[in-house]
Amino acid sequence: MKKLLHQLYRSQVWRSIFRHGLPESNRTRAEAVFYNFFLHVHPTKVRKRSVIFSYTWGLGGLSFGLFIVLVATGALLMLYYRPSAPQAYWDMKDLQFVVSSGQFLRNMHRWAAHAMVAVVFLHMLRVFYTGAYRPPKEFNWVIGVILLVTTILLSYTGYLLPWDQLSFWGISVGTNMIRAMPLGLGEKVSFLLLGGNIVGENALVRFYVLHCFIIPVAAIMLMVIHFWRVRKDGGV
Amino acid sequence: MDKDFKAEENSDAKKAPKRLAFIKTRTAARVKSEEEEMVMTFPNLVVKEIIAFQVMVIVLVLISLFVNAPLEWIANPDHTPNPAKAPWYFLGLQELLHYFPPVVGGVILPTLTVIALIAIPYFKINLKKDGMWKEHPRQTLTGFLIFVGIVSLILLLFRVYAMLVPTIMISAIMLIPYVSRREGGIVGWLGTRPLSWWVMTWFVIIAVVLTTIGTLFRGPEWRWTWPWQGIY
Repeated sequence: MKKLLHQLYRSQVWRSIFRHGLPESNRTRAEAVFYNFFLHVHPTKVRKRSVIFSYTWGLGGLSFGLFIVLVATGALLMLYYRPSAPQAYWDMKDLQFVVSSGQFLRNMHRWAAHAMVAVVFLHMLRVFYTGAYRPPKEFNWVIGVILLVTTILLSYTGYLLPWDQLSFWGISVGTNMIRAMPLGLGEKVSFLLLGGNIVGENALVRFYVLHCFIIPVAAIMLMVIHFWRVRKDGGV
Repeated sequence: MDKDFKAEENSDAKKAPKRLAFIKTRTAARVKSEEEEMVMTFPNLVVKEIIAFQVMVIVLVLISLFVNAPLEWIANPDHTPNPAKAPWYFLGLQELLHYFPPVVGGVILPTLTVIALIAIPYFKINLKKDGMWKEHPRQTLTGFLIFVGIVSLILLLFRVYAMLVPTIMISAIMLIPYVSRREGGIVGWLGTRPLSWWVMTWFVIIAVVLTTIGTLFRGPEWRWTWPWQGIY
């Protein structure tokens, strides 16, 4: 068995996918990071201090992990969801009673979303209290604050989609806050967001597009820059 | 005055035959730290990342198996629930709306918060690592008292006790190291906290207090209710 595995590791097919040998020496361990698309955001060596769990609590990585969970569950939810009133609500009911594991899927998406808001906020606090916003990382802190706002917006736009009383009035309260913007700006911004004067079907479609496409794409771009700068500034 | 740079010479022939580096204040942490111990990313970091992710997924799955996401009746514009609440992360703001006019609570304060957060690394005061009372304690005290006085007065004027009480409590704790000047223990530790640390801690505590009140302690007509009387 062991011999067979070793033969596999040495075969041309395996070597064409993973260009390095087994991570048995420091050289191949470095190559495992260096030659791997997903790992190459990391340097091959990191400071011992920064891998101590109680220094970062893994909060930045967990935020990204939650985002991945949300994309996966969100994509599956999109299969069963139509953003029109009142169909959106009946689709929720179908998820609950008809779709296999539909309720579980929705639970997972919901709780991961709430967790992400909290974890991203905690990540910001960790970065502040360890002084990790100091030069030269000023701008990465700014991107991080924008990512926090983006996370909240993602969560909030998703809040309307079930089209139940909770989401309808939650969004109504929020958009009424926007209406308070001075210089007549409030009315315009809230009309732009809702596609009307009250929360209706237009608002549902707009929030759906914002939630499933526009804000995630923006968030992914910001995240890529965020990670890239973490690395460039000497982090993990 | 402090020098803006320090000269460092490394004569370890294995690492650098001869190196003379001028290190300015504004450089990355990796340049400043002289000889930090390094470990291989694989497996040290990668394994930890995988474990953290897996634990997180397991916890999420367990929660999702046993706690269902809420789903109420279909949206009905004619039937306003009392109280109508936003999601929990906005309930601190909604609580503010209860005290201040909508422009202040709904627009100005959140905008200022985001701007203040963004601006943190660009102000020298936030980069200082010394305790807030270390330099010019007298002037600091005067400024501190005036600022806290004005903020408390405004909060009192709008009857925002939910913010006033934590503000006064934190201010009192901030004054302890000014009065006592002890080096060790908790007082000594408080004395080494820079001003930015205090401001952030104040902000976090206020945010947590307001969000908790908005989530657990507000019922119909946004009146005060205890959690055991029902969570709205």
